[in-house]
Amino acid sequence: MKYIYELHKTMLQRNLILVYEGEFTQEITKSVLSMAERNMDSIGEESNIKRKVFNVMVECLQNIVKHYEENEAPSDRNHSAIFLIGKHQNEYIITSGNPINLDKVDMLKNKLDQINGLDKEGLKTLYKEIIKNNDLSEKGGAGLGFVDMARKSGQKLAYDFEKLNDTTAFFSLQTTISREPSEL
Amino acid sequence: MEILNLEGAEDTPKIILDKNNGIFEISGRSLPEDSAEFYRPILEWLGKYGASPNPKTSFVFKLEYFNTASSKLILDILSKLEDIPGMSVMWYYNEDDEDMQEAGEEFSELVEIPFEFKTY
Repeated sequence: MKYIYELHKTMLQRNLILVYEGEFTQEITKSVLSMAERNMDSIGEESNIKRKVFNVMVECLQNIVKHYEENEAPSDRNHSAIFLIGKHQNEYIITSGNPINLDKVDMLKNKLDQINGLDKEGLKTLYKEIIKNNDLSEKGGAGLGFVDMARKSGQKLAYDFEKLNDTTAFFSLQTTISREPSEL
Repeated sequence: MEILNLEGAEDTPKIILDKNNGIFEISGRSLPEDSAEFYRPILEWLGKYGASPNPKTSFVFKLEYFNTASSKLILDILSKLEDIPGMSVMWYYNEDDEDMQEAGEEFSELVEIPFEFKTY
């Protein structure tokens, strides 16, 4: 049972205040959000920062829910995803990881690189362009999630793709939210 | 015209659309699982209201939070409002919530409706 202690140690070392691994649904999204909110309330986090963390969490979690629902066999353990929140002295780090089809890697990479290449004004323009011209996807996504995460955090989105096999890659996405009021 | 009244929930806003009493308000949090489905009755109600609106309508948005899928539907609502004569929007935001203020300003740039901004 050593792994329990190892897991515990990793969580402490990485300052993880919340880790969820498994199936993602709207109900689970709501539970995870309310746990994170309670955690931030209990330490008297500033409302400004709380709102930003909440915002990024919603987009992140709902992205996974939408992606998860399109999978044919959601009971398949290979389709489970992970969501983590780290709380550090100066920042919150919100991370998600989920398997995706390998053929989506380029599209996601291009989208994220495009977003990371834009400044505040550029992101605003892109946001307005998408909201005006794009219809909701079949899954109900507005195509605005990443742009919104970048805007709310005011920092670059970190990402990684780990090839798992010929059809699947593991997609990790990390958003940082500063706790320094001066940077907001 | 019948009143549309939805109780708010953890992930859906409170909505009152009442022609006779001149109350048109969306408030709270909006992150429904299916935003198109959630906002469909509101858009339908506004379609009917647009056929015989009050001489003046002040539509209140008092949102604490909305997700990106909802933002698309908010724009759909605003586009409907745009076609109704005598329309104005009151956009409320928490006084320390710059993001909500900016969101309102952006919406105001996307439609031809007078916006008034207020803090709460």
